[in-house]
Amino acid sequence: MSASEVIPASDKPQETFVLNVGPQHPATHGVLRLKMTMDGEYVARAEPVCGYIHRMHEKMGENRTWAQFLPNTGRIDYLAAMAYNHAYVAAVERAAKIEVPPRAEYIRVITSELNRISSHLVWFGAFLLDLGGFTPLLYAFDDREKILDLLEAITGSRLTYCYYRFGGVCNDIDADFIRGVREFVAGMRPRLKMYHTLVTENVILRRRLVGIGYIGREMCRKYGATGPVIRGAGVAYDVRKVEPYSVYRDLNFDIPAFPEGDCMARYRVRMEEIEQSLRIIEQGLDKLPDGPVMGGNVPRVLKPPAGDCCFAVEAARGRFLVRIISDNKEIPYRVRLRTPCFCNLSLFEEASAGMMLPDALALLGSLDLVIPDIDR
Amino acid sequence: MDFPEPIRLLAFLLGMMAFVAVNAAYLVWAERKGAGRFQRRPGPTEVGWAGLLQPVADGIKLISKQVIVPPGADPILFRVAPLLVMAPAMMTLAVIPFSETLVGRDINVGLVFVFAFGAINVMAIMMGGWASRNKYAIISAARVVSQDVAYEIPMLLVVITLLMVTGTMNLNEIVQQQAGWFWHWNLFRLDVNPLMPVTFIIFFICMLAETNRAPFDMAEAESELVAGAFTEYAGMGFGVFFMAEYANIVVGCSLATVLFLGGWQSPFGVGSGVIWFLLKMYALVFTVIWVRWTFPRTQFYSLLNLSWKILIPISMVTLVLTCILLKLT
Repeated sequence: MSASEVIPASDKPQETFVLNVGPQHPATHGVLRLKMTMDGEYVARAEPVCGYIHRMHEKMGENRTWAQFLPNTGRIDYLAAMAYNHAYVAAVERAAKIEVPPRAEYIRVITSELNRISSHLVWFGAFLLDLGGFTPLLYAFDDREKILDLLEAITGSRLTYCYYRFGGVCNDIDADFIRGVREFVAGMRPRLKMYHTLVTENVILRRRLVGIGYIGREMCRKYGATGPVIRGAGVAYDVRKVEPYSVYRDLNFDIPAFPEGDCMARYRVRMEEIEQSLRIIEQGLDKLPDGPVMGGNVPRVLKPPAGDCCFAVEAARGRFLVRIISDNKEIPYRVRLRTPCFCNLSLFEEASAGMMLPDALALLGSLDLVIPDIDR
Repeated sequence: MDFPEPIRLLAFLLGMMAFVAVNAAYLVWAERKGAGRFQRRPGPTEVGWAGLLQPVADGIKLISKQVIVPPGADPILFRVAPLLVMAPAMMTLAVIPFSETLVGRDINVGLVFVFAFGAINVMAIMMGGWASRNKYAIISAARVVSQDVAYEIPMLLVVITLLMVTGTMNLNEIVQQQAGWFWHWNLFRLDVNPLMPVTFIIFFICMLAETNRAPFDMAEAESELVAGAFTEYAGMGFGVFFMAEYANIVVGCSLATVLFLGGWQSPFGVGSGVIWFLLKMYALVFTVIWVRWTFPRTQFYSLLNLSWKILIPISMVTLVLTCILLKLT
């Protein structure tokens, strides 16, 4: 080939290939599939394909009684089941005008926050695993184990709790639980410090996270991203503050937000949130009132008056909203679930364009996706 | 002891193979045990006392599995690659002096020999990845090659620095030069190069990269590339790759011991012998394991940046510095 025949690089047809990440791939933590069109190691287009674990929770809500649907909510985001139970229970309580005694509200907040910590610890471990660090996972699970043991003692289950009931919670907490939680809170703070020295300040980790995977406010607004994703873009949006529910209004806590919008910002938001949750738990235990844990006016056969009712909570991954429509029957007319991970995933395609494969997977990990929460 | 040469060679060959195999098997055990301790769990305990028979059980399991060649894969290259990755590691051990007398071949170009065969390892991984006909494997193969090109350069620059100090490529002679107290080791030869410890660290980092160990395990970045070049390998095919990784660590650590830490020389000037060589080498091997279970993985491009922008300039500086200081003295 003579020199004149050499084709300039730009005139060559773009050579891309499709890399199928998932549905079984170590980085997707579940049955999510990413159809990645790759240009060498650069991601040209990453198309999430979901639906592999769709269980029709919304439809299931329409053919069982109000109470029978409660366990389903814990299986949507199995890592933060408490908050999901809370949203559904509170929505039904709002519709049926059921009173919740203050002690039950405090117990709900304490257990929800414990659950948030355990969820963030799983994310922390899994995220570090995505980045190739295996050891922090086991440290995080060590701490999470303490939470699970505590919650198991009062709820009877370790993952998909069904502890909240219409009108309160099913068991009262005992002195053992309170002592255990106080011990855990006291022990968790030095552990967080250890995580920061071991992981956060690690130079390799900083190189992998700082400035990588930018998600701005505008993108969050466009896709409806919530939770640590939007707080990592500098918007201090937290349902616990903007539409306070339960007893969050009486508790003192801050909403961590970092304006950088990169993976590190989202990482730091979650680590800060663990600390804030510890604060909330401490205050909740201090203020815990005496009294019953179940409201008196819960009817045996629940038929909320006809109407349309919403309730949103701040779950570990963002805003979880339950909308229920009742036609005064024993079973709901319609249950609509707005889950945070679905919105957080949908921005992945735009955010990951042009990134390199390891960075795109770091971005994916920083979104903290729970696949059943996407597919529900 | 005077054996005829063929018998001596045969004995050495068998000994070397046994050494590599036992090392590879028991380093896996040590790594799992060590990782367990780092992670506050006991590691393998079930098979044998403290899990000591675990490598044997794993070996039997791997051998009893079918070697699956995926359709569309290159059947010859696919089968040859694991052998090619294992053989050079054993070859290089032939020139490593374990003690004054315990050395397979005391040849004058020992150092060149080691690097010449060490480079085959990378070619074999690339071959395996290429022959697998799997996208993950091919990406991994491409990564391995560019990683190796990037890290061979600072490593060789460091070795040239060292060669100027020692003036010989015979590994046995290099060790003999470092006799006496531990400040005679090349690591502490600050008179010829005040940056000698830095040189050692560069050598160690390059060795981690060359052996594809964390934090530079780009070839096997499991969260990105599933198992990289080894994705399609089942049974003992994978097992051989896995053993070769440990064999290469042993080679790399042995070389570091010989070049920088005085080989089989005792740090106190008396009582030199094979025991010191093994102690130093396993201390380095332990460091390799330790690093793996502490650090997350780097990205591929920052790995290349580290080499081209930091390691190569620094090793050039040490090279020039050594030139000047040697000329002055």
